[in-house]
Amino acid sequence: MSKLTLADLKKIRDEKNKEMTRRDADKEIQVVVGMGTCGIASGAKETFSAFIDELDKSHVNDVVVKQTGCMGFCSVEPTVRVIAPEMPDTIYNKVSAEVARRIVKEHIIGRKLVDDHVFDHPSRDILTQ
Amino acid sequence: MAYKNYCLVCAGTGCHANTGEEIYQELVKKARDLGVEKDVQVVKTGCFGFCEKGPIVKILPEEAFYVHVKPSDAEELIKEHIIKGRMVNRLLYKEDDKKTDTQGKIDDIKFYQKQLRIVLRNCGFINPEDIEEYIGREGYQALAKALTDMTPDQIVEEIKKSGLRGRGGAGFPTWMKWNFSKQSSSDVKYVVCNADEGDPGAYMDRSTIEGDPHSIIEAMTIAAKAIGASQGFVYIRAEYQLAVQRLEIATKQAREYGVLGKDIFGTGFDFDLEIRLGAGAFVCGEETALLASIEGERGIPKPRPPFPAVKGLWGKPTVINNVETYACVPMIILKGGEWFASIGTEKSKGTKVFALTGKIKNSGLVEVPMGTTLRDIIFAIGGGIKDGKKFKAVQTGGPSGGVLTTEKLDTPIDFDNLVAAGSMMGSGGMIVMDEEDCIVDIVRFYLDFSVDESCGKCSPCRIGGRKILNILDKIAEGKGEMDDIKKIKEISEAMKRSSLCALGQTTPNPALSLINFFYDELLAHIQDKKCPAGKCKNLLSFSIVRNTCIGCGLCAKKCPVNAITAEDCEPLPGKKKPPFVIDGKKCIKCGECIAACKFKSVVKL
Repeated sequence: MSKLTLADLKKIRDEKNKEMTRRDADKEIQVVVGMGTCGIASGAKETFSAFIDELDKSHVNDVVVKQTGCMGFCSVEPTVRVIAPEMPDTIYNKVSAEVARRIVKEHIIGRKLVDDHVFDHPSRDILTQ
Repeated sequence: MAYKNYCLVCAGTGCHANTGEEIYQELVKKARDLGVEKDVQVVKTGCFGFCEKGPIVKILPEEAFYVHVKPSDAEELIKEHIIKGRMVNRLLYKEDDKKTDTQGKIDDIKFYQKQLRIVLRNCGFINPEDIEEYIGREGYQALAKALTDMTPDQIVEEIKKSGLRGRGGAGFPTWMKWNFSKQSSSDVKYVVCNADEGDPGAYMDRSTIEGDPHSIIEAMTIAAKAIGASQGFVYIRAEYQLAVQRLEIATKQAREYGVLGKDIFGTGFDFDLEIRLGAGAFVCGEETALLASIEGERGIPKPRPPFPAVKGLWGKPTVINNVETYACVPMIILKGGEWFASIGTEKSKGTKVFALTGKIKNSGLVEVPMGTTLRDIIFAIGGGIKDGKKFKAVQTGGPSGGVLTTEKLDTPIDFDNLVAAGSMMGSGGMIVMDEEDCIVDIVRFYLDFSVDESCGKCSPCRIGGRKILNILDKIAEGKGEMDDIKKIKEISEAMKRSSLCALGQTTPNPALSLINFFYDELLAHIQDKKCPAGKCKNLLSFSIVRNTCIGCGLCAKKCPVNAITAEDCEPLPGKKKPPFVIDGKKCIKCGECIAACKFKSVVKL
């Protein structure tokens, strides 16, 4: 691709920012799996595959599953963040493949939080203040 | 249909044991009785930290943080908060020292969170392998500003205003390094990132690169603009495979998008960087050794001055900073040095990331403003000590640091306070110990590490470290003498004064904190030949309590050296079989018998 100009940079920022923060009811749901060394060592790859598999089986199409770095909860990895319309931005801990399937059924389809696995956010986001 | 409110009840062990389950049941019941079960979902969650303020209930989306909640409060929470939408003020969390009136203002009540994430701002938000997501969260905006709106002087000035100090350990002001390099005239200059993270138990830098590699690339490019460099190196441990891989992807994408390479943003400024893999020698975290290693030489330190800022890589002016230091830079440029300087203490600005490990409930990475107390980190964020044990001490600063005791829990953490308390910031490893950890044993571990990692160039470090370790081994074996304390002090003093680099100068620190802060425990080892924590094997003996032994023989079956046999006597009154005894001469003190006995009849003496 051609080199970025300042205008390109701002355009990408604005588009991407909108995409990453959107919460409209008809827009897609994001599942973000913590995949630092710690997450992967605790089985985040299996968790990731389980999400893809379960979403596929349930014929849910408007979900993006992606990876991120370590969120810092080493004692309760793998960690997953779920952002869905009209639901709180939620962090789940100890998400095994089995819990991942529950999240798809209960949180994404059933619109309920999954008991026993919700975790608190570590801090406020300095970029949205 | 989604719910209107979510009521999160802490089900961590602390809160759960303390009526957490009843509160959960009550909330569910009251929601049903009052006919709002379709409006609110009651959920059990993991530990929030703050266990001493438990049981804790948090209600979303208002983020109301209720503490010391009792089952009898459930009705009021449902009636007031869920039905009427009014927060229950008396239960809301308030800072102990600040008598702020929270009056339901949302911004105020969120302050229960002790963490502030500047370095880790993108970890958990972006896909580290997608440059556009980084850009979506203000990525490369600081670089755009630095390249188009700022002169090198202004960049250095902004860093100076921020008060940023090096996060690698010693806390040298970052702007001064940049300024020295800027002022040195040379045709070629370099920018280097020190990602040779080696302290046992420390992994902040690894996580930062794994989660947000572009922040390092952006910061290094800004530093290059400030000093007039066009080439950079990231020196990273080869063991950090995932971090290396993500950094490689990030540099490739950065080149494709033109934020690395020639004529960045059409400003005529060129910068590119290379990744160099370290082979894992601890001393290569020392800057002159690191630079030697990049040059292809053996990684051994050189005397300073000249400092790398003036004469570094291949004799050229070189700015070398730690990963975490760089990760702060884009935010400083974007939000301003004053913003950064408004966080932290008088002499230590901004935040610090700690890798919290050891006997702590919520181990993990935490980022807190400088000046946060150890108590807040360990008890509020970390949730306190595992398994209800007692806090004994916390080790900071890795092998170069020291051990801090209970008296230091309320010290606000910054560079200077930690040094005054007999330890140091170091890179940010924080290892928590409980009452079962023996301090002599821990200090031996650190000395052993430093002795292994000494490069051997200068004799104080090479010989001194070994001598101290030998003395500690002797003490742990029960052969210590009072004279040993004096010897440790003398060797330490010599090492501190005459070692070439920080590795040798700081190797004795853990041993000195043993003498300064744990004198009683040290004396117990030397004079009484006892290890109070029950860790030093040579100072222990195992024994079976005759009265409670039922003679089942399970311990004898488990004993790998057949040191346990039935006593040659009649069964004691009320018992069917004679008790068992341990032969101290055969016993190897492995502890299998203690684990096997169901009646706690095997004890350490």
